[in-house]
Amino acid sequence: MSGAADWTLGAPAAPSKRMDATSEPAWVRGGLLAIALGFVGLFLVLPLATVFIEALSKGLGVFAAAIVDRDALAAIRLTLLVAAISVPLNAAFGVAAAWAIAKFEFRGKALLVTAIDLPFAVSPVVSGLIFVLLFGAQGLVGPWLIEHGVRIIFAVPGIVIATTFITFPFVARELIPLMEEQGSEEEEAALSLGASGWQAFRRVTLPNVSLGLLYGIVLLNARAMGEFGAVSVVSGHIRGQTNTMPLHVEILYNEYQGAAAFAVASLLALLAVLTLILKRFLEWRMGHAARAA
Amino acid sequence: MASIARKRSVLPGFGITLGFTVAYLSLLVLIPLAGLFWRSASMSGAEFLAAVASPRALAAYRLSFGAAFAAGLVNAVFGLTLAWVLVRYRFPGRSVVDALVDLPFALPTAVAGITLTALLAKNGWIGRLLEPLGIAVAYTPLGVTVALVFIGIPFVVRTVQPVLQDLEPELEEAAASLGASRFDTFRRVLFPALWPALVTGFTLAFARAVGEYGSVVFISGNMPMKTEIAPLLIVTELEQWNYAGATAIAAVLLVISFALLLAINALQRLGSRRLAGTSGAA
Repeated sequence: MSGAADWTLGAPAAPSKRMDATSEPAWVRGGLLAIALGFVGLFLVLPLATVFIEALSKGLGVFAAAIVDRDALAAIRLTLLVAAISVPLNAAFGVAAAWAIAKFEFRGKALLVTAIDLPFAVSPVVSGLIFVLLFGAQGLVGPWLIEHGVRIIFAVPGIVIATTFITFPFVARELIPLMEEQGSEEEEAALSLGASGWQAFRRVTLPNVSLGLLYGIVLLNARAMGEFGAVSVVSGHIRGQTNTMPLHVEILYNEYQGAAAFAVASLLALLAVLTLILKRFLEWRMGHAARAA
Repeated sequence: MASIARKRSVLPGFGITLGFTVAYLSLLVLIPLAGLFWRSASMSGAEFLAAVASPRALAAYRLSFGAAFAAGLVNAVFGLTLAWVLVRYRFPGRSVVDALVDLPFALPTAVAGITLTALLAKNGWIGRLLEPLGIAVAYTPLGVTVALVFIGIPFVVRTVQPVLQDLEPELEEAAASLGASRFDTFRRVLFPALWPALVTGFTLAFARAVGEYGSVVFISGNMPMKTEIAPLLIVTELEQWNYAGATAIAAVLLVISFALLLAINALQRLGSRRLAGTSGAA
């Protein structure tokens, strides 16, 4: 904790002459702290508080009515359904990809790792569009599918596919560096003691990476439930059918039902707060500092 | 190389996991993305150019890139300050502030969008204070920038923070003992060590902001030529069943995104090479 001098308000400007050569004068520290906290207050705390204040601005009755509304409940159900499909799919993919990439050497590995990151680089709107171009009524395979009674765009499957695309890298990204760091010695030992490959994976690898896996799943789930742009392009906004929670918030907001929009939004904000708490808890358990997702 | 491969091949499951990875990646990501390029390649050159270089599209790129650049700069300055304060100072509530930095990752963009709009509209808590000063934020390019600042906050903080944590105090002590002022030490010793992370964070925030949609559409007002961002223009074209126009603009955005992704990868390699030997904390 070098140079992390305690910053206390109004601390006497101690022996200022020989003040720690590696820390700043008190007024600089105070100024930097004020700037940083002011920024956090204005851009993070105030918006988060506003969601809840606006949600309750018309009273608890309006708040409750907005949430038990039929269309709102349908949106909540759809959001949960989408997450229930995308999260396990991408978690399974992440584990498989990390096993192949972290435990083996092969040509083209760096390219594969970059390709896994692609969905994070693509605009959400473009992520939706690529599936419209494939499965839409004017798409590549869309007309054939619609002829056979399969609707993907403006229907639930499209929402699931777009969400799965958007959240594709989360778990892989978390597990690849973690498994690389852990090496393969423990698995090799298990194998030499007569364990099957599957047993070595289940009894050795999985417990070793379980916190990292959970960490990836928490972030993946938050994004899956909150995705807006990609889902908005493929959903068609059919009330009670293809509206997820974020889309329902948009509809209410555009209909000038502010309090109702914020009531549903406050559920998503609660999910965000819960995600932050879980994320922080897992970081603490894993003993490493916060990182960018 | 061969010996590594042999040593590692003791473990089973390489074929099946790599096969699954590549198949899943291809089906979900690579083929759909290739579809977009295939679709735009089937347009004639003139048709493509008319779509991507129309005055409305050019105005949209200008706003998207301009606002993303401005927001990235704001985040570079405040993100560096915030990372500095979080790593170097102890104050009550530090861990809460540290956790809150990730809020823009966790809060759905649509929620951020309506909230910022409610705050900054003329009758909002902040908008009300700014109106007498003649400053309009909601439904102007400034509002777009504010939304992009919000969603970009974690990037600079989270890239600079670990580098700052791993810096060896000896460097600063040496500089000070050689007579450098604190400011000189920062300028000559700390900043050169931090800038690759700072540029990486800026680029990550910029890349995210260029494609951002949810948090911007509510606050921007969506006026063509004025406050219409490029992703919104794609949605508008789609809603008017102009698939070709939407695809062409999307192809432009996609190429730029890929270029930024490669730049970020290169920057991160540069950063980790500079830090080689000093990065101990996992």
